[in-house]
Amino acid sequence: MISFLDFEKPIAELEARIAELRATANGSELDIESEIDKLAKKSAAMLAATYAKLTPWQKTQVARHPQRPHFLDYIRLVFTDFVPLAGDRVYGEDAAIVGGLATLDGRKVMVIGHEKGHDTPSRIKHNFGSAKPEGYRKAIRLMEMAAKFGLPVVTLVDTAGAFPGVEAEERGQAEAIARSTEACLALKVPMVAAILGEGGSGGAIAIAAANKVLMLEHAIYSVISPEGASSILWRTPDKAADAATAMKVTAQDLLSLGVIDGVVAEPVGGAHRDPAAAARALADAIGRELAALVVRTPAELVQQREERFLAIGSL
Amino acid sequence: MGAPRTGTGTLKRGNRGRLPDVPETPPHFDGGGVSSTLYLLRLVRTVMSWLSKVRNSLSSLSKRDTPDTLWMKCPSCGEMLFAKDFEANLSVCPKCEHHGRIGTQARFDQLLDAGYTVLATPKVPENPLNFRDTKKYPDRLKAARAANPFPDALTNALGTIEGAKAVLGVQDFKFMGGSMGMAVGEAFVAGAERAIAEKCAYIILTAAGGARMQEGILSLMQMPKTTVATRRLAAAGLPYIVVLTDPTTGGVTASYAMLGDVQIAEPGALIGFAGQRVIQDTIREKLPDGFQRAEYLHAHGMVDMVVHRKDLKGTLATLLGYLARKEVA
Ligand SMILES: [Zn+2]
Repeated sequence: MISFLDFEKPIAELEARIAELRATANGSELDIESEIDKLAKKSAAMLAATYAKLTPWQKTQVARHPQRPHFLDYIRLVFTDFVPLAGDRVYGEDAAIVGGLATLDGRKVMVIGHEKGHDTPSRIKHNFGSAKPEGYRKAIRLMEMAAKFGLPVVTLVDTAGAFPGVEAEERGQAEAIARSTEACLALKVPMVAAILGEGGSGGAIAIAAANKVLMLEHAIYSVISPEGASSILWRTPDKAADAATAMKVTAQDLLSLGVIDGVVAEPVGGAHRDPAAAARALADAIGRELAALVVRTPAELVQQREERFLAIGSL
Repeated sequence: MGAPRTGTGTLKRGNRGRLPDVPETPPHFDGGGVSSTLYLLRLVRTVMSWLSKVRNSLSSLSKRDTPDTLWMKCPSCGEMLFAKDFEANLSVCPKCEHHGRIGTQARFDQLLDAGYTVLATPKVPENPLNFRDTKKYPDRLKAARAANPFPDALTNALGTIEGAKAVLGVQDFKFMGGSMGMAVGEAFVAGAERAIAEKCAYIILTAAGGARMQEGILSLMQMPKTTVATRRLAAAGLPYIVVLTDPTTGGVTASYAMLGDVQIAEPGALIGFAGQRVIQDTIREKLPDGFQRAEYLHAHGMVDMVVHRKDLKGTLATLLGYLARKEVA
């Protein structure tokens, strides 16, 4: 069962009506069958029309949809032979960031990303995708291992932000994020990052300073959550929708600003309505970027990555 | 942390390690947090109180030019100080050693030998997001420029420190909270590049609430951008020294402020990633004494030393003596 978002209410009502009719129509009542058919077409058209023009705030809700596929879903759907690797060798294992060796359409890679979890126990296990220093230090360790063995790095970003807690501060959250960003920039192997849902600020960029950065069609990427910006800049919690628009958080906005390199189309109605199709599209897009990058020399890869970020904000 | 601080402002719930007038980090310039409605509601309250404290703090320590403000009250111990004496003492309270926030020009004067050159602030695209909240971003910029001597929050100077050449960058909290936007990122890169051209050290004094939200994602992109510059300094074998001043938080801390070869902090400086209220709301317990202060970071291995302002120039000179690139004969 798909859970509907507030702005999907008309679609939800149509779907409920269809389900009702289906329940009553047992067998060959042609009238009901054609009515169902008509309503289904209407519902599909409405869904397509709604998702073709989502507002930034609506996209924020889609990006955070509880049923939106997360890191481990993509691993299951399109990566094979995944060998998870745990721990930062300094303090602990942080399941908010998952990583390991994997094969993507025949290409061996190191894949690293945030996992938010999909129900209460898994959300707690993965700390809702909010990583601590040990998560970022594990990411650094895996990136360095990838470079050592000539494996391209693929990162899948999906976090509301790095974890704000005493222990995270005490173990150097800021330093861990800074070093992880630095590790991305130092990589002598290709790196492709994809924002799956939420790209939440420093917690996201720490594993997203890549040669190429992709975003799913309804993902968001921002320096602060729309709610946070509303509170700080408008001094009210009610302006999150305005803040989402003003901050330009959508994939389409960020493509035009030159912050990302490509937008990966999602199935009609969002990735959660067809995770397999979303994963296939993402795998194809990452594969295309990797194919273009693997022919470059290590020096070219480092330079392209540096130039990419130096150019942002230069005249 | 020295003597317990018993300021005159609205001291918060017995948290004695915290200065009453020093604003907390904006709760999540770095978006840290779990997404629950309750959390967000708490966040809003946090932010509102932070904002009012920022407003208060902006006027608390700055010496006003009118004769009736020749005297000022130390925001930490409450001692009445003659403003001129306070300034002559490097804006450090002679009674409690509280290190006040100081501007860019004063920093240059305190740390560089006479005859330094202030470097031009690079121009960047202005208002690329065409951003407006309750005010247009260009209007906020205009107001900040009218109230400050330099065009944005980070300014570099080229000079010498006890004879050793260095580029010194100073981030000024008075300019939109020191926030890191494209101008700060570009100035940081320019400062590092100038140091590479001069074959000398780059020293940065950080002060910022975090990223400049009016530049949205472009401010976040300054984190990797400035990190490219620190990597280039390292590749050139040049020292990169960070002096963390009050306050340094958010995306600035999570990028160039934590990447120094040597990390120095000023006494009592608030240094952290996430805001204290956000953390408090997440963990629902009292924060440890002195949490996110310079001495706390030192105890947890995040900075090399906490240095009194009167010793800062000498410390930098000593470090440059060890680390500065030796001329090849
Ligand atoms: Zn005092």
